[in-house]
Amino acid sequence: MNTTLQQFNVEKIRTDFPILQQEVHGKPLVYLDNAATSQTPTVVIEALQKYYREYNSNVHRGVHRLSHIATDAYEGAREKVRRFLNASSLQEIIFTKGTTDGINLLASSIGRGLIKPGDEIVISAMEHHSNIVPWQLMCEDRGARLRVIPINDDGEIIFEAYEDLLNERTKLVSIVHTSNSLGTVNPLRQIIDLAHNKNVPVLVDGAQAVPHTAVDLRALDCDFFVFSSHKVFGPTGVGVLYGKKEWLEKLPPYQGGGDMILNVTFAGTKFNELPYKFEAGTPNIADVIGLGVALDYVQQIGYDAISSWENELIQYALKRLQEIEGLRFIGNAKHRAGAISFVLENIHPHDIGTILDREGVAVRTGHHCTQPVMQCFKVPATTRASFAFYNTKEEIDLLIKALYKVIEMFS
Amino acid sequence: MDELRDLYQEVILDHNKNPKNYFQMDEATHSAEGHNPLCGDQVEVFLKVDNERIIDISFQGHGCAISKAASSVMTTMLKGKTITEAKKLFEKYQHLITAEMSEAVDLHEYGHLAVFAGVREFPMRVKCASLSWHTMLQALEEKKEIATTE
Repeated sequence: MNTTLQQFNVEKIRTDFPILQQEVHGKPLVYLDNAATSQTPTVVIEALQKYYREYNSNVHRGVHRLSHIATDAYEGAREKVRRFLNASSLQEIIFTKGTTDGINLLASSIGRGLIKPGDEIVISAMEHHSNIVPWQLMCEDRGARLRVIPINDDGEIIFEAYEDLLNERTKLVSIVHTSNSLGTVNPLRQIIDLAHNKNVPVLVDGAQAVPHTAVDLRALDCDFFVFSSHKVFGPTGVGVLYGKKEWLEKLPPYQGGGDMILNVTFAGTKFNELPYKFEAGTPNIADVIGLGVALDYVQQIGYDAISSWENELIQYALKRLQEIEGLRFIGNAKHRAGAISFVLENIHPHDIGTILDREGVAVRTGHHCTQPVMQCFKVPATTRASFAFYNTKEEIDLLIKALYKVIEMFS
Repeated sequence: MDELRDLYQEVILDHNKNPKNYFQMDEATHSAEGHNPLCGDQVEVFLKVDNERIIDISFQGHGCAISKAASSVMTTMLKGKTITEAKKLFEKYQHLITAEMSEAVDLHEYGHLAVFAGVREFPMRVKCASLSWHTMLQALEEKKEIATTE
């Protein structure tokens, strides 16, 4: 038995995920669509049940017992997120609906608070649509300009081009940590340092990073960070926006409503302090609590163990996929995590996806909400296998076997 | 694998490899572009219509085997048909690919379209099979917008 397997008992971990124990079309489920959404461990499912069965009530307002328990659990989750990200203050942790919501919040608040005509926002060519469209909308609204860092044939950003894009009009750099369609992990240290040298703040889209790697925001020193709960083994419908306190204080609120105010009169409203200024309305209490439990769970397994196991899986998958004639990888970054995208000669990804599904193998096919990436590589779509720590080498073998069935059918 | 063979019949795979009427028609009287935003499939349908009759039809674009074969078979079926006949055939075809599995469908009625009967076992693929037909209708109606399957 090899050493990694001894340290990392994947079979035992799989028993924590009831959804993985099923068959699809009469075949054992091989879930390789983790970059789209990750599966939920029993502890999280039970936490959601416990909330609705035992203490469902609104937070921050009731004097009664249940409201007190719910508020403690909700704010307890905020502390879990703070520790998870190694942020300095609870005031810097804002709960959102997800990564997309977090970026829209910032685009709206930064747009109204800081952007003047002629200002520039810098993103990269490998962004998810959620880190493109909110900035396009805001730029159009404010008369600002969206600049795009190009990528090379391996799917890595071209650093010299990035340096050239930064200038005195640049108001924000918004960049993905780990690409959902290419698997590229960006050199954030250098990207952030370069922006900070020119006093430009940086937003990091961490949606595809948090399931695979530990994040230390005090070390990373980015100004904003967003991620989604459902990609890190928590419930859907909740996410986190981290912002440095000095920035969040400067920005105007996003939505108005209950919970985000200190005092309301028809003459004017005094906004609540951070983080509540950015949390209008009754929040997604149950799912925030579920996210906290998911973060505990993933940290218990430990990111060192997760990274080394996933790296072994990815290296194995790359090696096995390489053996297939006519297969071409889309994205060959030296530093990668999570996802492998590929195309098969003369076979459309949708046909691949349908046939794999009948073999029980769940992958994503299409443009992965990164149409500009597809345009860069001149393909309409790719097939993407994306991994989590509960995947096994045997599942990769099943993927390969199913891919040979596809090729056989189309030969 | 049986349902897969129902879907990917030899005829469909042949049309995918060697699509019929796959060219840009410069003298088209009607044309439209169709997109499936879900998967990025894209098709352009060209028609030459004279006196309410389709005298020539072709297509171009990229998509999966189902969508390409559907476009190819459509062009072979519609050449020579009147616009009314084309619309009727689309209705019939839509029924074929979306009918409940419990419903008995008489394949003899469908001619060459019968090869798409397997699509109804794959609800996720109905849009692939109907994109070019929607686009054809759009072209005939001379709407300026791009057809979508949404």
